[in-house]
Amino acid sequence: MIPLLLGVSLLTFALMAMSPGNYFSALKQNPQISPETIARLQAQFHLDKPWYVQYFYWLENVCRGNFGYSMAYKIPATSLILSRLWNTFTISFVAMVIAWAIAIPLGIFAAVKRDSWIDRGSSLIAFVGLSISEIVLALLALWFAAVTGWFPIGGAASPLHDLMSPLQQFCDYGYHLILPALVLAASDVAGIMRQMRSNLLDTLHAEYITAARARGLGEGWVIYKHALRNAVNPLLTIFGYSLAGLLSGAFIVENIMAWPGLGRLTMEAFFAKDSYLVVDCVVMATALLVVGNFVADLLLAWSDPRIRLE
Amino acid sequence: METATPISIIEPRVALSPWRLFWQRLKRRKIAMTGGIILIFLYAVSLFAGFISPYRYDHLDTNYSFRPPQWPRFQGIHLVVPRTESGTGTFVYQTISTDTRPLHFFIRGDEYKLFGFIPCSIHLFGTGDENYPVYLFGADQFGRDVFSRILYGSQISLSIGVVGILLSFAFGMIIGGISGYFAGRTDTVIMRFCELIMSVPALYLIISLRNAFPPDMSSSKIYAMIVIILSFIGWASMARVIRGMTLSLREQQFVLAARAMGQSHLRVICRHILPNTFSYVIVAATLSVPYYILGEVVLSFLGVGIQEPQASWGNMLSAAEDVNYLQHYPWLLAPSAAIFVTVLAFNFLGDGLRDAADTKS
Repeated sequence: MIPLLLGVSLLTFALMAMSPGNYFSALKQNPQISPETIARLQAQFHLDKPWYVQYFYWLENVCRGNFGYSMAYKIPATSLILSRLWNTFTISFVAMVIAWAIAIPLGIFAAVKRDSWIDRGSSLIAFVGLSISEIVLALLALWFAAVTGWFPIGGAASPLHDLMSPLQQFCDYGYHLILPALVLAASDVAGIMRQMRSNLLDTLHAEYITAARARGLGEGWVIYKHALRNAVNPLLTIFGYSLAGLLSGAFIVENIMAWPGLGRLTMEAFFAKDSYLVVDCVVMATALLVVGNFVADLLLAWSDPRIRLE
Repeated sequence: METATPISIIEPRVALSPWRLFWQRLKRRKIAMTGGIILIFLYAVSLFAGFISPYRYDHLDTNYSFRPPQWPRFQGIHLVVPRTESGTGTFVYQTISTDTRPLHFFIRGDEYKLFGFIPCSIHLFGTGDENYPVYLFGADQFGRDVFSRILYGSQISLSIGVVGILLSFAFGMIIGGISGYFAGRTDTVIMRFCELIMSVPALYLIISLRNAFPPDMSSSKIYAMIVIILSFIGWASMARVIRGMTLSLREQQFVLAARAMGQSHLRVICRHILPNTFSYVIVAATLSVPYYILGEVVLSFLGVGIQEPQASWGNMLSAAEDVNYLQHYPWLLAPSAAIFVTVLAFNFLGDGLRDAADTKS
């Protein structure tokens, strides 16, 4: 995990070095700022050194828990990133809970009532869902919010957020969260549902299911006690993929619906040429994904004793 | 797996080549064929985009900013286009149904280059009169025809998917083949690098790759840049799968025989191992094209891809990002329908190809 993050940060740093200009290139055009000031600032941020030297300065700071200083925001990057990371985490987490809560029962239902109209209908919807990109969904949601006025348009907080009581603040946050989270969840439902359906169909064909039925067990018992338990394991492995998809999806949703998460911060930093901040964001997003995969592995070991033994 | 086919009496017949068998199985899948036909239609339209679209992608008329979509209607046997008027400074248009111009076919209009090199000015339809524009899908904020821009945008979006796939899959197959064939340390190094690429959430990686290129470039350079960025991300997953297949193929007798005959490593990989992965590759490629198309859309949408006035589905949608525009002029979302149809068609075709390639069922 640590070597992976080191590799990712090195890669993004190298890419950054290939890009022409930095945050101060724009300032150089400003006649009110003397070249000496810019040179001094550049030296302060080590931007006058080759990129691999910059990388080691950056790494040294990160090891001390200091993610540098955002040149565009004029505040330490650590607090900025942590608050944005928290927002991205909440939206992804809520979206995942919504998606799984919808997709799993639907998938089970489609598999049990195979070839019924519900199965056909849900597989058609899944096909459509797989083909709608987050951009389109987010724009439609934005349009919906604008036309009906039921949901706030963008942002994570009302203008009066700071004056509210903690409970009101929480509700306000949830109110702003729900639409982006739904959009993000909708893009994830189709994949999980199809996976659940085909897993359960596979296990329903297994011989121990036939045996269980032959013993005269009730159909509900057979499905929920025997088949479902074995169908869940492959789902836990797609948890990792699903998380990667969610993080990329969140990137789009955040940018369109103005949700102040890591993806939006990345774009803001990108346009401001705030290079350290871009690297920080990419490393943080990767860390989130890696931790998520690790959690998925733990869950898998918890649910499948065979993996624990290995 | 899906449906159990009854065992038929085996008739003596001429052995079909694997490709013929594949084609026969594919032909039976209606959804896949529908997807394929839609795609052929879309690619044909994009090839003739200049001819079919009534205007050029950069033809603007600020008198008609945000004009709503208007379809020609029948007046007797003639198709006519009515004139519209707006009050000064507002974008509320009134149709004057008494004042019309007939719609002409094969009419002269904006200059364009057919297939990118034949200068031409014949358009499929149009009124030939600036005051009677045909805006099938409405106009954007500069009074440009959304329909024409979608057609021009399709040239970029549809081709970028295929070019990107060709590049990244060729790369992924060769690297994956080398990795699996030589195994050992080469394999470890290559696979660690693949994992590195795959462990970064795709869009974050896309943006940091975009960072390595200068912000302003000519449109053809931007096109190449997008292809390179998307391929750089795409090859890794391909290489991993091909590597896995190669690891098992290299132990097979025909590969051992080829090596015993003294063929070079590269020849063994390219002539004997990789062709055995083709059926997987074709299915995976078809199912991956949508990701490349969407990658271009996202980049252009965020303003770091195809630049105005060049039309792309992504940068057209970025006009709809403005909530005021979106609320009052919802036809700006029209490119999303084009994206949806394209992605759906590729998914249909890819799904059918996967079933047809699965010889076990």
